[in-house]
Amino acid sequence: MNNLFQDLGWLQAAPSDFSHRLASVNAGNELRALAQYALDDNQLRKLAKKYSKLLADNAELSDLTPLTLGVISHSTTQLMTPALQASALRFGIALKTVEAPYDQLAHEAYSAESAFAGCKVNMVLVAADYHGLPLKPCPGDREAAETNVAECLAYLQAVTQSLRVKTGAQIILQNIAPPVELLSGSFEGRLPGTTAWLLQRLNSELDHLVADDLFIFDVAGLASTVGLANWHDLTLYNIGKLPFAQVFTPIYADYVCRILAARLGKSRRCLILDLDNTLWGGVIGDDGLEGILIGNGNPTGEAHLQLQQTILALRARGVVLAVSSKNEDAIARLPFREHPDMVLKEDHIAVFQANWSDKASNIRAIAQTLSLGLESMVFLDDNPVERLQVRRELPEVAVPELPEDPALFARVLAAAGYFEAITFSDEDRKRAAFYQDNAKRVEILSQSSDMDAYLRALDMEITLTPFDSVGRARIAQLISKSNQFNLTTKRYSEAEVKALESDPNYFTRQVRLKDCMGDNGMISVLICKKADGVWFIDTWLMSCRVLSRKVEDAVLQDLLAAAKSAAVSRLRGKYCPTSRNVIVKDHYKKLGFDKIGAVENEEVWQLNVCDYQALPLPMKFKYSL
Amino acid sequence: MTDAVNNTLQRLVPIFQDVLDDDSLAIDATTTAQDVDGWDSLAHIRLVVSIEKAFSLRFSAAEISELQNVGDMAALIVKKQTGA
Repeated sequence: MNNLFQDLGWLQAAPSDFSHRLASVNAGNELRALAQYALDDNQLRKLAKKYSKLLADNAELSDLTPLTLGVISHSTTQLMTPALQASALRFGIALKTVEAPYDQLAHEAYSAESAFAGCKVNMVLVAADYHGLPLKPCPGDREAAETNVAECLAYLQAVTQSLRVKTGAQIILQNIAPPVELLSGSFEGRLPGTTAWLLQRLNSELDHLVADDLFIFDVAGLASTVGLANWHDLTLYNIGKLPFAQVFTPIYADYVCRILAARLGKSRRCLILDLDNTLWGGVIGDDGLEGILIGNGNPTGEAHLQLQQTILALRARGVVLAVSSKNEDAIARLPFREHPDMVLKEDHIAVFQANWSDKASNIRAIAQTLSLGLESMVFLDDNPVERLQVRRELPEVAVPELPEDPALFARVLAAAGYFEAITFSDEDRKRAAFYQDNAKRVEILSQSSDMDAYLRALDMEITLTPFDSVGRARIAQLISKSNQFNLTTKRYSEAEVKALESDPNYFTRQVRLKDCMGDNGMISVLICKKADGVWFIDTWLMSCRVLSRKVEDAVLQDLLAAAKSAAVSRLRGKYCPTSRNVIVKDHYKKLGFDKIGAVENEEVWQLNVCDYQALPLPMKFKYSL
Repeated sequence: MTDAVNNTLQRLVPIFQDVLDDDSLAIDATTTAQDVDGWDSLAHIRLVVSIEKAFSLRFSAAEISELQNVGDMAALIVKKQTGA
């Protein structure tokens, strides 16, 4: 674990027969499986080569999400792009890269041409570095220093703004890893106009550029984590204009791909915890409440405490927590209830599975209770045998390798970057609690005699509102993250959502749901394009935590009422299948639509407005305009 | 050629095969970049980085630019290892 980041220490070591196994790969899921190992630069290149070959051969890659990334840099990128493609496979992304010629940032910013013209790039990585910036060190001259920071900022803004306009892509701008050489020692960063001072100021200014379609990739943070003196390899820069030491290519690529994955809604959402020797030291069934190690005063106890604190902090960011332990239920719960040094309490855990079944079965049950996909799950367990079983049975679940020493558990979990965020909203803060309430609802369901009785017992209130500025960020977030209950998986940026608010050609709805267990917040979004006589449902998505609650029926009734008053006779909707939205395969059928066509993997469904028989729904409707 | 250089050459073979992704690649002391498919300037950098990692040493730009063939590389490695 000396080189946790450089060696991607949370991933399994690559098998010795990696090249041999790669040779027999011929589908997307097999590429993805091989990408789960801690691959070095040469292995990443081999994987990328195989992927490119399969791509050229039109092999079956439909279970991967396609994405085209433009790359523009002050330095050499050819050694980086194969690693990006291979690392993207780790996240289920079929990445195509388009490289701008070497050091063309200024050209891109100030000329009408674009290196990406005609390529349809979805995102562009602007890999700036200090060698390429118009830095003019002027130690001691504050005024000139402020001016120079403004110049550098204006230059990077010109690059990103020009790229936005010319490509329409989302921009990932990396901040600047400062050089190592500090001529005045500790005073360097305090002296206006030194390179260190200029770059500190520039990086903090860059944070203010963050927008709906511009993310900052914190390369400076990564470089300082692994050590700036290791990061900057001056010999390699002088020989081949390599932007950083080649050994960091795998971690750099993984970091970039985390941002791509987060943007595609692929960040993980739920952390499943083993108990004995993971959350505390020792075995509760053998050692008892007094014997387990947790809390201050004992180095092992402190290590586990740090892990618990990290987990609690993840929960505050919206990560849902669950437990899977081979234990008697009452014994497993004992430390949560009675140990004074546990910072994790029963209340923090949405689903608690302590039994003697295998862990894969328990994880399946947890996923089902929470209505979350397996690809949203991370499983943390100190036991290599359990890790192996889960990886084998459930390859979608992320299972980090853990070192022997529990002092490193928290660091490894954080380093793996499973929960990469690109925004943070009020909903995120509350999400863990939502899922917990939901788990309680599942309990009510198991006690109710039938579905209708259960739904009535929930005492639901649904609120349907057109898009507005208040809901904008959450609407955009749902659009970017929803993969399962999503008929078309069309993505809109926040700016596009804003434009829809005032577009008279569109009927829009943001839907919120309350019930006796709590407020679910915004859980569904509908976008419908109006035309004469027929409205087209462009986007219909819903959070899976309100599945089977008749929310979709309520949304349809509301839409039909609006359609009727606009004298529209027909509604049309499309179902575009992906590897993740099978759950809505029969959505339109269940709602009474007829299939009227299927083109190229898309189904078209239609409903005659006057044919629909509205049944009473087990909820109160509330409209606010 | 000394035994040390010869042994180093043997250790270089799998590194060259790995970096150039060709398991049947055969190299000897006289092999040059012109003789091998895919050994371009960027592959050269990757070779240097992989060799530095495998032998736990660092080369300067001047040392790298003076190399004429694989034998020179092996001799340079031995020289750096023994400090001769």
